[in-house]
Amino acid sequence: MTKTSTRLFDRKILGDAIRASFWKLDPRVQLRNPVMFAVYLGSILTTILWLNSLSGSTGESSTFVLGVAMWLWFTVLFANFAEAIAEGHGKAQAASLKKSRTTVIARKIANKADRITEEVSATDLKIGDIVIVKAGETIPADGEVIEGVASVDESAITGESAPVVRESGGDRSSVTGGTRVISDWLIIQVRTLPGQSFLDRMIAMVEGAKRQKTPNEIALAILLAALTLIFLLVVATLLPFSIFSVEVSGQGRAISLTVLVALFVCLAPTTIGALLSAIGIAGMNRLSQANVIAMSGRAVEAAGDVDVLLLDKTGTITLGNRQATRFIPASGTTEKELAEAAHLASLADETAEGRSIAVLAKKQFGLRGRELEHIQPHFVPFSARTRMSGVTLDGHSIRKGAAEAVETHVRSLGGFLPEDVRVAVQEIAKSGGTPLVVSRDDKVLGVIELKDIVKGGIKERFAELRQMGIKTVMITGDNPLTAAAIAAEAGVDDFLAEATPEAKLSLIRDYQKGGRLVAMTGDGTNDAPALAQADVAVAMNSGTQAAKEAGNMVDLDSNPTKLIEIVNIGKQLLMTRGSLTTFSIANDVAKYFAILPAAFAATYPALKALDLMRLSSPSSAILSAVIFNALIIIALVPLALKGVAYRPVGAAQLLRNNLLIYGVGGLIVPFMGIKAIDVMLTLMRIA
Amino acid sequence: MTSNGFVQLAVYLGVLLACVKPLGFYMARVYSGSGTFLDRFIGPLERLLYRLCGIEKSAEMTWRQYSVAILTFSLLSFLAVYVLQRTQVWLPLNPESLPAVSPDSSFNTAVSFTTNTNWQGYGGETTMSYLTQMLALTVQNFVSAAAGMAVLVTLIRGFTRHSTETIGNFWVDLVRGTLYILLPISLLFAVALVSQGVVQTFNSYHEVAFLEPTVDAEGQAVTRQSIAVGPAASQIAIKQLGTNGGGFFNVNSAHPLENPTPLSNFLQLLAILLIPAALCYTFGEMVSDRRQGWAVLAAMLVIFVPLLVATTITEQSGNPILTRLGVDQSASDSQPGGNMEGKESRFGIVNSSLWAVATTAASNGSVNSMHDSFTPLSGLVPMWLMQLGEVIFGGVGSGLYGLLMFAIVAVFLSGLMVGRTPEYLGKKIGAFEMKMAALAILFPCAMVLVGTAVAVVSASGRATIFNPGPHGFSEVLYAFSSAGNNNGSAFAGLGANTPFYNGLLGLAMLVGRFWVMLPVLAIAGSLAAKKTVPAGPGTLPTHTPLFVVLLVAVVIVVGALSFFPALALGPIVEHLLLANQE
Repeated sequence: MTKTSTRLFDRKILGDAIRASFWKLDPRVQLRNPVMFAVYLGSILTTILWLNSLSGSTGESSTFVLGVAMWLWFTVLFANFAEAIAEGHGKAQAASLKKSRTTVIARKIANKADRITEEVSATDLKIGDIVIVKAGETIPADGEVIEGVASVDESAITGESAPVVRESGGDRSSVTGGTRVISDWLIIQVRTLPGQSFLDRMIAMVEGAKRQKTPNEIALAILLAALTLIFLLVVATLLPFSIFSVEVSGQGRAISLTVLVALFVCLAPTTIGALLSAIGIAGMNRLSQANVIAMSGRAVEAAGDVDVLLLDKTGTITLGNRQATRFIPASGTTEKELAEAAHLASLADETAEGRSIAVLAKKQFGLRGRELEHIQPHFVPFSARTRMSGVTLDGHSIRKGAAEAVETHVRSLGGFLPEDVRVAVQEIAKSGGTPLVVSRDDKVLGVIELKDIVKGGIKERFAELRQMGIKTVMITGDNPLTAAAIAAEAGVDDFLAEATPEAKLSLIRDYQKGGRLVAMTGDGTNDAPALAQADVAVAMNSGTQAAKEAGNMVDLDSNPTKLIEIVNIGKQLLMTRGSLTTFSIANDVAKYFAILPAAFAATYPALKALDLMRLSSPSSAILSAVIFNALIIIALVPLALKGVAYRPVGAAQLLRNNLLIYGVGGLIVPFMGIKAIDVMLTLMRIA
Repeated sequence: MTSNGFVQLAVYLGVLLACVKPLGFYMARVYSGSGTFLDRFIGPLERLLYRLCGIEKSAEMTWRQYSVAILTFSLLSFLAVYVLQRTQVWLPLNPESLPAVSPDSSFNTAVSFTTNTNWQGYGGETTMSYLTQMLALTVQNFVSAAAGMAVLVTLIRGFTRHSTETIGNFWVDLVRGTLYILLPISLLFAVALVSQGVVQTFNSYHEVAFLEPTVDAEGQAVTRQSIAVGPAASQIAIKQLGTNGGGFFNVNSAHPLENPTPLSNFLQLLAILLIPAALCYTFGEMVSDRRQGWAVLAAMLVIFVPLLVATTITEQSGNPILTRLGVDQSASDSQPGGNMEGKESRFGIVNSSLWAVATTAASNGSVNSMHDSFTPLSGLVPMWLMQLGEVIFGGVGSGLYGLLMFAIVAVFLSGLMVGRTPEYLGKKIGAFEMKMAALAILFPCAMVLVGTAVAVVSASGRATIFNPGPHGFSEVLYAFSSAGNNNGSAFAGLGANTPFYNGLLGLAMLVGRFWVMLPVLAIAGSLAAKKTVPAGPGTLPTHTPLFVVLLVAVVIVVGALSFFPALALGPIVEHLLLANQE
């Protein structure tokens, strides 16, 4: 799958969709959508009426009946087309996924130590089997690395060409079937059955085969069915009403079945009925275009409803690592002296923090890695016991570490922690930074300030979320003081400090007990319980198999801020449904004004006063309404596929805008549309 | 319309709205079980009733148990009313020795009064004994109203409670609604009406001599008249307060002994909308957000006031045919002007129009003028108000719970349009609620359309349509709109006391009552079981003018789309024919 989205109307997809529109005329397919099934029956009925009218005995113009019948068939076909084109986009994505699912020969081994391999087909692998995959080979199934480190090309799934590292243990141990090992080798334990692998599920989801109706879709379907029933009753009772009216007025003839069917189809919520499944499929497609795979449509909808967003601090809110930002010398030491000592102490420190100290020293004082061989430095690596690292050279021991650790260290040498350094340490901690104290022998030289760097633009995104009504909560292992400072800088609404997996889980439960829907992202195995508990759980593709199993979405880009996009897509999905339903119902007003005066033109000519559009003739009026009803479906297909634009404004503002566009617009547009079609029909002398 | 007319409408609305808060607050206390100032007087009576009937006050019911209780109670009520009518000839308090009522009429009336419809196929003074009026009809006026309010209260509890199976106790709600709300207010109104000359007596009818003797259709001289009396005031107070509307006398509140003076007229008008309007406040008070109550009241007024003004203006401008003939129909010192056919001169245009709109907005159905004689467009208004589902004020309790069904649909649509699963008052609206709300809206609507269709094509239905042209159609449509939505007013001109209409309209009344009530109870149960979602910035507020507009739009659009064709073939074409007539 590629990141570039397929064009809305690709020629191939278009051709397939047109063919599929006809295949979908199968009554078993039609039965799935009650509104369109009613239209389908109407088309059959009017076709029979047309055949009947050919004899001339019905007194109804057969060209008129044919016109109505044809356009009713078009209505059904257009609805099929809308669904088919949405499915086409999904299938195109699925097809590119399928390419990576070629038959793979797996090399099975009995256990980790075993070096005798048995070649079996990937489809014969069972859960728990152990396989070895070497450079250039394709990983046969989803599983967990139990030994080895290798770079893996996952572009088949993520579209990202840069290889990623997969290794046993930790959070980078999960591999996906269909990806390729580029270097080295891996021993993998199979975790899924063939046919149920991650890739298989992805394909099934995007193909729409496993698409179940979501609760919201069901509720809307009930509303639409109720409306359809009401209109069926309105139309069915109109026949007795008209028979009675003809008798009491003594003129005209009872309304014909053709007109009744035409009226019913125009009134029934066909616009939304025709586009409903296309909207749902398109929502899933938009999600996969954002490189997110949802395990259910329900999860996408829930995303639109999320009230609370839990975000990990590291990697999501802040750049991955802390960085040195300042040298604060103790009194009697110059800043350069401190920087030099810090630089030396960090030379062998390959952690990101250590490197950032060297970078800062270089930037501020032009210090470089000097020739050190001749002074024979002795590097002291960081240990959990001393909580310090450093270097011993020329008989001096230079150390850097947490304030308490260094204090203990200098005290043991007869030194002490000066008061100004203590104050500096406290200030740094209070502002959310991490202080590292540097000492030479028994003398404390000063403090290095390490700070979390909040990602650019993140504050604006959180403000956006706040406007959407979503509360952001930062999760961090830091102490409350540090957490509060970063929370304030990043602009999150709340934070959970010193977070343990249990604390995360109970936080989610608390929010849910209060009736809120919680979304979170996670990658590690220890995130799995919380992911399973959250309503919307996005697992990072780079994360462990356990995390992916627990979540209900997987982000292939492993980008934690993707949640914001997912929320947008969920909201868009609901909004598109709501807006088109409103539009569909509002349309009915104009159709009444077109059809009713026409239907009763002979019985009650006075009703002509209701013909606000001044349509040219009764048959043209009815035909125009039917044609408009069919064409509006096609006209709205792009909107159904792209979705109604969502802007993060308050709910009331959003409702006002959409009511104006789709409610009031839905009232006005058909008046103009029907009139225009009527004028054209008259010009073409069709009706 | 005259400026005097506007002043009268404004005074009426002003007094009505002034009563909303105190009464609404009081009713909220009654239903939430907190103390009221009447506890001292009514409390012992209430406890006595519980002891006599073996009611455990604190025993809570699930929605299914509540439904069974209400259905059982309604069935027993129906049987009691039916039997009393059939046996009144042998029972006391029958000074005129009126015979037993026919089976089909008894069925129709029994259904009519137990469903709070009060459609009357009979004439009170020539059909019902004093005992039947009091023991059957008046009692139902109280308890059918109290049952409607009880169901509303369960729905409110559904919103306020969470994670529970139960929604209250029907017997307690019924007793408290009757004892604390309906009885005391009825007592006040009855006394006030008696002061205006409404009769209240067990005496037999009076025989009086005509001052101006006249001749009947056969040319026989008529010199004496029998003036019907009876225990009327006590029944009339509750007939208006409980949105029942069944008159003691055949011509209902147009009768001089049922509604003698402009003041009695004003009081009865006030009583028609008093409780339905105040219940909006009760709703807001009980869900702990008064703005929600004001919002639904505003939605009702937004539909009510324009229709009221339109009706009054149309009636005041008179009959277009007479206008073309050069007849002076303007209001002046010597005449009320406008279309006075079928109206009492002591009420005039404004009070007749106001009554017609109020009585059909509420599911009251009492009349002080003949709606059949209204001009087509102002006849359309009462008909359409009923077709909207009796949710603009509507019946006591039933009106507001009906409107809340529309609110659920409105919330669902607006929720979709802002991209959130819809929630109303902190409760998520799911597929089950939508299904039930759709049923509650669909059934009365279907009953009106199908009933009318059956009547206009069947021989027995057409046999008693007395008016020609579209007006005859309007009369049938009106009858079914009235029965299917439990209003009970009649357009007249239709002979409805036949086995055909008694049966079909009876069925319409049953469907219109219980096929709304049961889905509402089901929703109450399902909401009570749900968690309450706290409102956040992403939640759509449901107390704003925007939501009121949306709610009004949903009510109007559903009502208009369902009935536009029928109305077009009735009052609309009638109006056009009248306007075009040379």
